[in-house]
Amino acid sequence: MFYREAGDFSTTYAEDSQTFPIKFDRYRYYLVLVVAFGIIPFLINDYWANAVFVPFLIYAIAAIGLNILTGYCGQVSLGTGAFMAVGAYACYKLMTGFPDIPIAIHILISGGITAAVVTLFGLPSLRIKGFYLAVATLAAQFFLVWLFNKVPWFYNYSASGQISAPERSMFGIIFTGPNTEAWAKYLICLVFVTFAAIVARNLTRGSVGRSWMAIRDMDIAAEIIGVNPLKAKLTAFAVSGFFVGIAGALFFSVYLGAAEVGESFGIDKSFLVLFMIIIGGLGSIFGSFAGAAFMVLLPVFLKNVFVGWLGWPTDLAAHLQFIVSGGLIVVFLIMEPHGLAQLWRLAKEKLRIWPFPH
Amino acid sequence: MPDQLLFAIEVTLNGLMAGVLYALVALGFVLIYKASGIFNYAQGVMALFAALTLVGIMEGQVPFSHLINAIFGTEIHHFGWHVPALAAIILTIAVMVVFAWLVQVLIFRHLVNQEPILLFMATIGLAYFLEGFGDLMWGSDIKKLDVGLPQGINGWIDQTTFDAFGYGFFIDNLDISATIVAIILVAGLIIFSQYTKQGRALRAVADDHQAALSVGISLNFIWVLVWSVAGFVALVAGIMWGAKSGVQFSLSLIALKALPVLMLGGFTSIPGAIVGGLIIGVGEKLFEFLIGPMVGGATENWFAYVLALLFLVFRPQGLFGEKIIERV
Repeated sequence: MFYREAGDFSTTYAEDSQTFPIKFDRYRYYLVLVVAFGIIPFLINDYWANAVFVPFLIYAIAAIGLNILTGYCGQVSLGTGAFMAVGAYACYKLMTGFPDIPIAIHILISGGITAAVVTLFGLPSLRIKGFYLAVATLAAQFFLVWLFNKVPWFYNYSASGQISAPERSMFGIIFTGPNTEAWAKYLICLVFVTFAAIVARNLTRGSVGRSWMAIRDMDIAAEIIGVNPLKAKLTAFAVSGFFVGIAGALFFSVYLGAAEVGESFGIDKSFLVLFMIIIGGLGSIFGSFAGAAFMVLLPVFLKNVFVGWLGWPTDLAAHLQFIVSGGLIVVFLIMEPHGLAQLWRLAKEKLRIWPFPH
Repeated sequence: MPDQLLFAIEVTLNGLMAGVLYALVALGFVLIYKASGIFNYAQGVMALFAALTLVGIMEGQVPFSHLINAIFGTEIHHFGWHVPALAAIILTIAVMVVFAWLVQVLIFRHLVNQEPILLFMATIGLAYFLEGFGDLMWGSDIKKLDVGLPQGINGWIDQTTFDAFGYGFFIDNLDISATIVAIILVAGLIIFSQYTKQGRALRAVADDHQAALSVGISLNFIWVLVWSVAGFVALVAGIMWGAKSGVQFSLSLIALKALPVLMLGGFTSIPGAIVGGLIIGVGEKLFEFLIGPMVGGATENWFAYVLALLFLVFRPQGLFGEKIIERV
């Protein structure tokens, strides 16, 4: 009734194989883009940017990255936090080393550097899998955090061991540093999210994505039908690393402004992003957005309810946040292992035939 | 003997003691993994929760006092009594058994036959839940745990080694008692699994779920049992670590340290867990002692993982683990 494909004919192959072949979907997607690019930047203020939109967009990029690795290729990674740190430190070194180059290029190069590092740590995946690999990525997590703490070159020998983003502008607009306007922060993140989502969506629809999914579903069978596991796994690590690196660079330069590696990119970050893709939906780009939105909004919501509304102390709200997010993970794994994305699919299915049951 | 060598011997001994504690945590993992194929990430948080509960009961804390105070505006914190250590330990064991039962009924019964990696993620969720729950129940401040274990430097060892080599070894009494407790615990576990009916049933389940079911062993009971035993091991580990460095959040991080231990020793082997624990304990202490100063120290954070990682590349099943055979 509300949502159907009847009367929606494709007359060319290009039309048939576009990202959103159904008209309703396509218009909804355009609407989201119009609202995101055309309306929100004019309304946004500092609170909404810092508490909701900027972390949501950045985590969405990280979640897309991890989803490619875990959701599409089936390689569990617990090193996302450290991989984000690689992006952040690469961005910092580039920003301070080459101040004249636009920040967007720095962020892209940081993504590339992270991709290289992540591929290196992905090498053991050729021998081991499952939670053995998960533990192997923990090695990356702890080693990289230690490295960024101990080698002063990475933080330019600053006394505090922190890295802080200098002010950089592009087209006359300041994008990093303390004087950044809320809408500028929001826009640069939005541009990168859109870029990441389009690239990821198209990669996963193509032959690379199919080889990832073959490896995920059964690697031995995939190898027998001619998928090269070396290539498939390492490209998944590289692409995932690229996005995670971009997320890390943005997280540091645009969102935090100043970062300390153990605090900002610890193992908690790794789990947070993992939770996002479990709750959002493994193997779904929309799921990455849904999960990121959910995990960003959850603490804001809990804080508003418990601290703002009921007047409880903040540490209590923090404990409840642990309980709720942990509990939700378990509930989702039991009730709906495919996450919010699957709920969305089911809802669409129901809407398509509404008001009839079948 | 040269000083450097003496220091190295002392470091090795201390590493062995630390390794015993890692092995204790790793034991809990192995038990659950063998019986149910679940890789229980929450083991470390279980140790934290058990230790928190023990301290809470001993001190007569009111559970959820923060929450109650916040809701009703009251100011209660303590019942005003102190429970002796032994009684508190027994009560804590009871709590851990109830916890095991709840975990089984509420979570893993619904996840039977799922992929291992999904179960692993479920235990991560469980770990988060339990961490928040423990803090909510008992408060998140650092607590002192004292169940009457001897603490401080062992004077006898210090004196004897001083007389023999001219340098007194520093060895903590607590580490010695931890070692003794760990030996007793392992001996107890071996006796339990070899000579009691439940223990044999447990081994049968670990061997083959379906065959065990077909001879009339209740899987549900065994799973509750094994989670309870793991809870008990977690309690012992929690007591030891808690007495050493206070009951606090960082206790749950020892679970992460147990992971490389397992990868080294193999996921399915109890002796492997112990040997792996000792190797990691000695290895990271010696590495920190010998190489640490050259690279800025604090290598203990990652050494174990990198060692395990290198190890995995050459022998994925660990030292004692069963060979991983993949059938299509």
